[in-house]
Amino acid sequence: MATQVFKIPDSFKKDAKYSFCPGCDHGVAVRLVGEVLDELGVRENTILAASIGCSVTIYDFLNIDAIEAPHGRAMAEATGVKRARPDKFVFTYQGDGDFASIGLAESLNAALRGENISAICINNTTYGMTGGQLGPTTLVGQVTTTSPTGRNVEYYGYPIKIAEHIALCDGTAFSARVSLDTVANIKKAKQAIKKAFEVQIKGLGLGFVEILSTCPTNWKMTPEQAHERVRNEMMKTFVPGIYKDVTSAV
Amino acid sequence: MTQCMTDKKVLTKGNYAIAQAAILAGCECYFGYPITPQSEIGEYMSGKMQELNRGYVSAESELAAINMVIGACSTGAKAMTSSSSCAVSLMQEGLSYATSDQLPVVLVSVMRGGPGLGNIYPSQGDYFQSTKGGGNGDYKLIVLAPSTVQECVDLTYKAFYLAHKYRNPTVLLADGLLGQMMEPVEFKEYPYPEIDNSIWALTGAKGRDGRVIRSYAPLAEDQCVFLEKLYQKYKTIEENETEWEEIGTEDADVILVSFGSTSRNVKTAVKMCREKGIKAGLLRPITLYPFPNNRLKELAKKAKKFIVVEVNMGQMVNDVKLAVNGEVPVELIHKPVGAPPAPEEILEKIEELL
Repeated sequence: MATQVFKIPDSFKKDAKYSFCPGCDHGVAVRLVGEVLDELGVRENTILAASIGCSVTIYDFLNIDAIEAPHGRAMAEATGVKRARPDKFVFTYQGDGDFASIGLAESLNAALRGENISAICINNTTYGMTGGQLGPTTLVGQVTTTSPTGRNVEYYGYPIKIAEHIALCDGTAFSARVSLDTVANIKKAKQAIKKAFEVQIKGLGLGFVEILSTCPTNWKMTPEQAHERVRNEMMKTFVPGIYKDVTSAV
Repeated sequence: MTQCMTDKKVLTKGNYAIAQAAILAGCECYFGYPITPQSEIGEYMSGKMQELNRGYVSAESELAAINMVIGACSTGAKAMTSSSSCAVSLMQEGLSYATSDQLPVVLVSVMRGGPGLGNIYPSQGDYFQSTKGGGNGDYKLIVLAPSTVQECVDLTYKAFYLAHKYRNPTVLLADGLLGQMMEPVEFKEYPYPEIDNSIWALTGAKGRDGRVIRSYAPLAEDQCVFLEKLYQKYKTIEENETEWEEIGTEDADVILVSFGSTSRNVKTAVKMCREKGIKAGLLRPITLYPFPNNRLKELAKKAKKFIVVEVNMGQMVNDVKLAVNGEVPVELIHKPVGAPPAPEEILEKIEELL
């Protein structure tokens, strides 16, 4: 007897066309979000605040209601949605530039207010859509189109550790950093997304997941090399783990 | 509280009147950041909205505030923010997005001196900011200009109605004088019908496919279609919603044009003119967009001169010139910033210009 081992999430559009670059982890991240929406049964009660950058195309995949926020403002728009309709499930899906550079004020303040929303942030250490410029998470030493000799801290300053900062906010219920470089880590990532969504449903405050992600196009690497970079370089600065979980026993 | 206020006239400040009117209009969410001379609106809302179990957030910035309003409006809710001049500058990106998203955002803009930080004195220096837009692209905001505290109430009601009727951001453009002065007002019931927004609002995609409210149109032809449609809407707004007040214009040789708090002193100056035998009249635009272009054009056929009075370096005067299109001379009496010029001062300048 045949056993189905894979299916496209029910929360996906039937005619979704794959738009990410080959080897980009956005595709996996978006699928995980779709699977979690399915498992929690919230597709028909969900409103997404989309962002600017490669992450914006999430609404081309998910068959849900969405508002497209200006660059950096997704957490503010999600706040507005939730305050107007507290019974809705509300989340954002943003890149590191959107969430932690231009939108850092909105992100931290939403966490400090304990907004009952969830946020997913894709960290690929660069501005992907605009062609690979230095971003808030660009690693020390990393060459980008605007750090041609590498990020030296005297000149460019330091990358931000997003999950740790969000965990420090008293309104945060859950904050984790995950990666998508192995099957085991993809499973962990899905658990973290589910947790970040569940704390909202339970009314505990902000649920946040930072996902370490590849950008093979701008890193000028093969997908395999890109995942090796996630493991060997990114994880040294951006250590995966659960940084806050108010549901875990003390 | 609400009911007792609707029963009789109360003496109240413009800012409180606006806030209470918003509550009576059914405003479900207020998001704001303090700035003089409009901070009383947020103060009043913080208490009342909590009491009524509606949404209130002390936003981290005006940038966040306008985007919170956009978020709330995307669900079809009645939502607003209020601010002033240099801080309204921070909202321009959001207003541009909201026009493109076609969302019923309501902004109360209480003008103070500018440019830059300027000062906290009354001003009409944000006529351009409101009617021409500071955000990118082709768009219009509906702009309502009260001249009394009672009108602050009535036009706040109207702002919510028009914003939802046309799905377009609407600005109540007051100034520091109106915000801070006290007058007796009556809070009548919200007089407008509720607008059905079920065909576009985000509600969670129950039993249907997802909806995306977006301003991104990757293809040039899509953007062309959208903008033509948007400007058809603006044409309808211009045909149906242009509002103004006229005094003594029937036989006037000189027509004064003035809006907001300044128009009150102009009204007195027009009366003084009449007493002196000068045939003066007043046209007061109540909607700054849509602007009463057609009526000004008609009046230009009979009047000999137009004089615009405003507290700025001369902004609305440009629109009056465009409207009369060279038919008659258009002069300007202005004061850069502060309380409106006194009626005697206006009269003196009118006499100089005749």
